Amino acid sequence: MRDRAWIFIGLAAFLALALAPVWQSALHGAARKPEPKIVTKAKQCVEPTAEMRRNHMELLNAWRDTVVRRGQRTYLAADGKTVTMSLSGTCMSCHPNKKEFCDACHNYLAVSPYCWECHIEPKEKS
Amino acid sequence: MRVVWSLLLVGVLALIAFFGAQAGGQALFGIVLPYLAMAVFLVGVAARVVGWARSTVPFRIPTTCGQERSLPWIKPASLDNPSTGLGAAARVLLEVFTFRSLFRNNRSELREGGRFTFSADKWLWAAALAFHYSFLVVFLRHYRFFAEPVPAVVAWIQGLDGFFQVGLPVVYVSDIVLVAALGYLLWRRLADARLRYISLHADYFPLALILGVALSGVLLRYFSKADIVAVKELAIGLVSFHPAVPKGIDPLVFVHIFLVSVLLTYFPFSKLVHMAGVFLSPTRNLANDNRMHRHVNPWNPPIVGHTYAEWEQEFHDKLVASGIPLDKE
Amino acid sequence: MPEKKRDELVQIDYTPPQRDWMDPAIDFAARKGTWSYPAAAKNLRYLGLPNPRDWSPTDADWQLPENWQQIIHDGLAERLTKFRSLKLFLDVCVRCGACADKCHFYLGSGDPKNMPVLRAELLRSVYRNDFTTAGKILGRVAGARPLTPAILKEWYYYFYQCTECRRCSVFCPYGIDTAEITMLARELLNLVGLNINWVIEPVANCDRTGNHLGIQPHTFKDNIEFLVDELEEVTGIRVDPSIDRKGAELLFVVPSADYFAEPGIYTFMGYLLLLHSLGVDYTLSAYASEGGNFGLFTSNEMMKRLNYKIYHEARRLGVKWILGGECGHMWRVINQYMDTMNGPADFLEAPVSPITGTAFTNAASTKMVHICEFTADLIKHGKLKLDPSRNDHLRVTFHDSCNPARAMGILEEPRYILKSVVNNFFEMPENTIREQTFCCGGGAGLGNDENMEMRLRGGLPRANAVRFVHEKHGVNLLACICAIDRAVLSTLMEYWVPEVGVSGVHELVGNALVIEGEKSRTTDLRGKPLAGGKGDADA
Repeated sequence: MRDRAWIFIGLAAFLALALAPVWQSALHGAARKPEPKIVTKAKQCVEPTAEMRRNHMELLNAWRDTVVRRGQRTYLAADGKTVTMSLSGTCMSCHPNKKEFCDACHNYLAVSPYCWECHIEPKEKS
Repeated sequence: MRVVWSLLLVGVLALIAFFGAQAGGQALFGIVLPYLAMAVFLVGVAARVVGWARSTVPFRIPTTCGQERSLPWIKPASLDNPSTGLGAAARVLLEVFTFRSLFRNNRSELREGGRFTFSADKWLWAAALAFHYSFLVVFLRHYRFFAEPVPAVVAWIQGLDGFFQVGLPVVYVSDIVLVAALGYLLWRRLADARLRYISLHADYFPLALILGVALSGVLLRYFSKADIVAVKELAIGLVSFHPAVPKGIDPLVFVHIFLVSVLLTYFPFSKLVHMAGVFLSPTRNLANDNRMHRHVNPWNPPIVGHTYAEWEQEFHDKLVASGIPLDKE
Repeated sequence: MPEKKRDELVQIDYTPPQRDWMDPAIDFAARKGTWSYPAAAKNLRYLGLPNPRDWSPTDADWQLPENWQQIIHDGLAERLTKFRSLKLFLDVCVRCGACADKCHFYLGSGDPKNMPVLRAELLRSVYRNDFTTAGKILGRVAGARPLTPAILKEWYYYFYQCTECRRCSVFCPYGIDTAEITMLARELLNLVGLNINWVIEPVANCDRTGNHLGIQPHTFKDNIEFLVDELEEVTGIRVDPSIDRKGAELLFVVPSADYFAEPGIYTFMGYLLLLHSLGVDYTLSAYASEGGNFGLFTSNEMMKRLNYKIYHEARRLGVKWILGGECGHMWRVINQYMDTMNGPADFLEAPVSPITGTAFTNAASTKMVHICEFTADLIKHGKLKLDPSRNDHLRVTFHDSCNPARAMGILEEPRYILKSVVNNFFEMPENTIREQTFCCGGGAGLGNDENMEMRLRGGLPRANAVRFVHEKHGVNLLACICAIDRAVLSTLMEYWVPEVGVSGVHELVGNALVIEGEKSRTTDLRGKPLAGGKGDADA
């Protein structure tokens, strides 16, 4: 039966595709978990670490809107501290290493934030 | 109402995973069941396909939906009535990728005075296409959790899917379309008395289940903002066969994974095997060329009809009387 | 005619009943007029089919064999491995409902089990119970039902309420073909002796005498001679068809209705006139005197048994190839089954038109050509002198017969012929023609009188479209290329659109055909006067 050959080829292709991540992992070796490098001595970011991990994108988005659309630059953090809302001035003073800090997780999960469509990427040695 | 049972069942499954994961069942919901589910899915689908392949195709029975290839000056419908294997393959692929048969759908209604009217009805086609394609995109996007480095094409799909850059994390069009299409497909089963009448548990359950998968995913991405670095660690652990559950995974992640595991397990035993079956439909994947090339039936029964000799013997005198020529005088 | 009036019959309630479809309840007595009588014992005995007995569906006890459940279970198991179509179609349906309002019986009756999806579920539910894991474990929750006598009765009712027209298959996203489901369900029913006489008697007749109508060779010859006389009266030409003549170039096989009764006989007269006028060297056969094949409505084995005669006779007579007349399911068998079942026809030659030299490459293996392909080729090559004005008293529309449309695709040839031989041709609405054509309501052995109400209901969508062109364009003739159509549509028109008659395509060819030496025609082949009282226009 000629058609059976076609069916089995199709089935094999399907199984191969369905297991693509397994092949890729076998080829590239198990990926290591990213470890964003923190170079600052400060103990805490503008908000607690857990909160920053989860919601940094929303915080940055809110900062952008407040600064660009309303011209306000002062952020009142949950613990009562005030911070100047500025990506390059505030964030990057502690995290100047975009490649080792931001990109570590973003690349790992193929997240492409559009920060750098307006901001100039920091020049780093890679 | 059958739909209630399906929704309830999916709800209960979600709760089981939610509380089970928190009660120490993380390895069960994150490792054991996903592995089992994947194994059942792959073996199950393969067994179904092999089962179909083992059945023979004794006759060449395409449903012809257009002009046959006959005289050279008559234009044949090379897709709807293919006369070559290539045409039949194209017919199947178009069926798979564009749901062409469903596109023909129309609605017949009986009007006053016993008159039928036929109107185009593309809603089912549109919703089915929207559902399948958005589900495909969502599926492909998830590849980012299973591969390191993430292939460029996945990033490209994500970029396209999040093209509108609305919200943070960016809202994916596919998520909205998927939930909306599922909602419509579920709604139409309930709203149309005819469909309600024919719908089984097996029709509501997959819709409810996929809806559960989609909604838990939406919650994870847009609301609970799970720690996806940890999720990817889990996923990579699974595909590299070094499974481990990292700390700090949101219990909702286990709900999502568990519902997907249920879907994978359920898949080979359900109507969802139409995914593979559509390729094998003898009314679609065969060319209408039976008069050009003989199709062989592997079990062609050795049947001989009433032979001429027997017939002539029975009607001999009548044949002679009416002057019809005989083999034996 | 049923007792019900037209107005009453179109009061169709599409609201599904409260009762779950999984709980069967067919009251045959209350549904008289919508089912066919069972096969007479003598016919089953003649054919050697199981469980011959005299019974009626209204009986409480259908006198089934003791182990009928086992027989059906085993029969289904066997067919699941023999027919991938069956296994696949039982597995992949998603009940999307696209097929629901595509069935003429559903549209005409509102009975939800006439939705193709539910018709298949009748069998599918039993398949789930017997052959699937989910069905075995979950039972009814998984849509599974063990086969009970009540379900078997439902099978009998609904699988003999499907004309195997394949319209639903056009719309199904997986190509699920209810014709295939019905054919195999009927095979199962036949295993326990559940069949209808209007199928089995023609099968028995055909096996014995050579044709469904049981016409014996001497009567066959008489009938043809009668038609030859009639033809001479109208045209002044005496055609001379031969019967069982060895060495003829072509064997010509037609459905037996074409030489038996109106309006088929006029189509037959058209064939004879055409072949005679061109001097085609052909012969008819009294042994293979049936193109149709009611075996198709019984089982694949029976289909093969009856179809056997055509090649057998072609070989005996030593013809080069075979020409086939206008018949619907006949062409399903020839196009999709004959060569596979009874081929290879290596004793024949690849068909070439003796008149135009055209090689019918699409029939190179089967070696059988449809007369519409043959005639369209003749007209295209200018081999026929035609006077379409002789059909001016007719305003014609064309009904695509189910099988030629959906199991073959012969759509343009008959249209090309019609447009060449009539001046007034009008198409019915597009959702009712070509691959979307509606059944006559009487195919697959259901064209019997006891089933009349269901026939008229099933034929309603077709009749509706005819009425539309009748009212819009004054159409008064429904042409078709199917013998069952010619019989069934005549009744259907009489009931729903009495102003419209029914004919074959070659009847109209016969009307228009200008032949050397003919007398000036004053009537058409039916003896009806030509338009404008003219008759000598082409003299």
